[in-house]
Amino acid sequence: MSTTVVETWTEEPLVRYVAQASARIVVVMTPAGQVLAQHGFTRAVDLMGASALGAAIMASSTALAQQVGETGFGALYHSGQKHGIHLAACQTPRGTLVVLTVFGKETSIGLVQLFHEEFVTALQRAAPVDQERKPILAADFESELNKSLTSLFRR
Amino acid sequence: MNTERLGRSLDRISRVRGVRGSMFVAADDGIMVAQLLMEGVNGRAVAAFAASLARKVSGAAAATGGGKVRFIQMAAEGGTLLVAQAPPELLVVAVADAGINVGLARLEMMRAAEAAAA
Repeated sequence: MSTTVVETWTEEPLVRYVAQASARIVVVMTPAGQVLAQHGFTRAVDLMGASALGAAIMASSTALAQQVGETGFGALYHSGQKHGIHLAACQTPRGTLVVLTVFGKETSIGLVQLFHEEFVTALQRAAPVDQERKPILAADFESELNKSLTSLFRR
Repeated sequence: MNTERLGRSLDRISRVRGVRGSMFVAADDGIMVAQLLMEGVNGRAVAAFAASLARKVSGAAAATGGGKVRFIQMAAEGGTLLVAQAPPELLVVAVADAGINVGLARLEMMRAAEAAAA
């Protein structure tokens, strides 16, 4: 399984997180679903689907939280027969990021939560403070997407 | 099983000299269910690592024909980690000083495991 990144500052924290938490899949993305780094995917189409779904879950859960008077939620955890899914947002100098983690029975949600906290701290430290992320305009969307996919899958 | 009974069990374990903290941990998830910890003990980390340790030791025991693991003692330079299985879903975990009376702690932990299972 390979780790690929669009923004190089995410690589070291991601590699460490994957190793420590024994995660099978990790996607670091913006709340809009733009992927910054990933581990575990080999096909672009799978990554695009996962990031879009993760971003959508995040958006709908945040909207639900706001309806009950919360500003957001801490993290979401789904437990399956073979896999667990952990989805959480974090604040960095580069803006809000969403981390999707998929893990198997070789680890546990306790370990994932524990190392996720360290991962967030590492991302916050590594993020460049002088480059604020610009919003992606509809006109640039396709070219930005293609650029990200090229970086991630070397195509 | 109720939280009051779990709390009483943890209280008994914590009375053993040298115990810095004790907790019930969900075995599959590595998350604390109930805890009684001294200040400075990172309960979340202990719970996650204890569950991981229990899973790995159980796997090793099964692979070598050792059967079910009931109790694990990990002695380190800075302290001792004790883990007792409380079937079907829990672990009783204690963090203690290196020189703890393991026999006494084990007795209380096995009692706690039985109480949790009852």
